[in-house]
Amino acid sequence: MAASATRADALVHARGLTKRFDKLVAVDAIDFDVQRGEAFGFLGPNGAGKTSTMRMIGCVSSPSGGELRVLGLDPVIDGPRIRARLGVVPQADTLDMELRVDENLLTYARYFDIPRDVARARTQELLEFVQLKDRAKDEVEPLSGGMKRRLTIARALVNEPGLLLLDEPTTGLDPQARHLVWDRLYRLKQQGVTIVLTTHYMDEAEQLCDRLVVMDKAKIVASGSPRSLIDQYSTREVLELRFPIDAAPALDGKLDGIAERVEVLPDRVLLYAHDGEAAASAVHQRGLRPESTLVRRSTLEDVFLRLTGRSLIE
Amino acid sequence: MTGALRVVEHHLMVYRRTWKGGMFVSFASPILFLAAIGIGLGSLIARGPVHTVGGVSYLTFLAPGLLAATAMQTAFVETTYPVMAKIQWLRTYDGMLATPLTVRDVLGGEIGWLVIRLATTAFAFFLVMVLFGTVHSLVALLMIPVVVLNGLAFGAPIFAFTATQRKDKGFPTIGRFIITPLFLLGGVFFPIAQLPPIAQGIAWATPLAHSVVLSRSLAIGGMNPSALIDVAVLAAYATLGIIAASITLPRRLVR
Ligand SMILES: Nc1ncnc2c1ncn2[C@@H]1O[C@H](COP(=O)(O)OP(=O)(O)OP(=O)(O)O)[C@@H](O)[C@H]1O
Ligand SMILES: [Mg+2]
Repeated sequence: MAASATRADALVHARGLTKRFDKLVAVDAIDFDVQRGEAFGFLGPNGAGKTSTMRMIGCVSSPSGGELRVLGLDPVIDGPRIRARLGVVPQADTLDMELRVDENLLTYARYFDIPRDVARARTQELLEFVQLKDRAKDEVEPLSGGMKRRLTIARALVNEPGLLLLDEPTTGLDPQARHLVWDRLYRLKQQGVTIVLTTHYMDEAEQLCDRLVVMDKAKIVASGSPRSLIDQYSTREVLELRFPIDAAPALDGKLDGIAERVEVLPDRVLLYAHDGEAAASAVHQRGLRPESTLVRRSTLEDVFLRLTGRSLIE
Repeated sequence: MTGALRVVEHHLMVYRRTWKGGMFVSFASPILFLAAIGIGLGSLIARGPVHTVGGVSYLTFLAPGLLAATAMQTAFVETTYPVMAKIQWLRTYDGMLATPLTVRDVLGGEIGWLVIRLATTAFAFFLVMVLFGTVHSLVALLMIPVVVLNGLAFGAPIFAFTATQRKDKGFPTIGRFIITPLFLLGGVFFPIAQLPPIAQGIAWATPLAHSVVLSRSLAIGGMNPSALIDVAVLAAYATLGIIAASITLPRRLVR
């Protein structure tokens, strides 16, 4: 797909895309393309610029610089036409607290000029799709956070969008609700809906995204499929060692050469190695006696932390 | 244009649940005012040395003024807290703007809804006036568009102001320093000519005084000589307010 996929068929095409708020640069000249039918993710620490990017794609915030095309159109000129074909789940719910659950979908459908009878039928289908049918006549305010999120997702689908933008769709949801959302997003993808999402959950990104980019400090620092990112930025396996608190300083130099990379954390030591078991026996041969050892496969989380650092930068 | 209609439709859907209360107030408040002040105070005036105000009974004098003041207050109420809520507390506008709707549609819909609210409350008030026997001619129906315009003359600038506010502290200030003084001193309860000259000047610079005198002449089937000027002042306030709002609202909503 890489080189042959040109801007002509990319649903979202960005080159040098920039967003400034006064002096602050929230998005700093980023390049990416989202292809039709794929699920594309933005990862990155708080304040990296994910939401700012999503809002520009959603044509509710205008770029300060660079080139952006969404569905082949220019958001500055064709905002309403583009938005007519988008589904948007914003980071913070904007549900209508003055209306009931079903009325939220009905009015939203009307904003898209959907005839009333079609809107009513679609409301029923969508409430079923997100398992909120029995709450149709309820007020929105007392719904749980997860239910509100599902309602927001249903609302974003009311115009049968070809491109769905989800900014942290599952933040704050319990595992059941997250799996329900994942399942629904997967089904939508099967139906040909293109999905762009942001998330702080690495398992979510691994599950859902065909391709993703990692943003840090307003820039894209890495991109690729979850698998290729792990291959590129981490080892196949990770060995985690825990030592008694007071024994930790005695390590210096003793782990050299066992792994490709060693990371000493306050509570444990991580050894990035192709073969974790082999690394573990090497550790033992050198006379080190950790309290516990754990060999696991590398995850996207290892990549993320390597690329964006372990400490909070704020 | 259809976008603005969709915003009005949203209002109607919300209003469907509260219209009974709103309707009750639309009728009860003029009935109370006209009964207590118009008839109660009016009967004292009728027994006094002058008997009438401006050649008509006090009730007939008072009712059109109250009608105009009601439009002013309705506009004030509709364009402050509810608009603030939709901008930042409930973020209703953000939800709308993620759809094909534009900021123009939102503003158009809000102005359209304000007109509907003003017209319905004015019509309810008009019916109460008929009930109290203070309407003497079909021409009096023209009071309704006049006070709707008066409502816009207050509502549109206040809407523009609301769009610039991050907190709701400014609203009580508008109430205390503009709405309430105008209600009490702006020609509703007694002729403006009785105010000191400076206060008269201030009163005539506001929309309320103009819509009060115009409504008053229409209520008894006439048309005051300055009618064109009165309408021009109201239209100027409304137009400037809408222009101001079409600058402040996009600034606030599009980041
Ligand atoms: N409307 C705004 N006005 C001023 N600054 C803003 C605005 N929106 C975002 N920013 C700033 O832009 C930067 C990027 O914010 P953004 O919301 O895009 O980050 P994010 O990656 O979505 O973070 P999070 O994971 O916390 O949601 C931050 O420094 C933020 O303070
Ligand atoms: Mg964000």
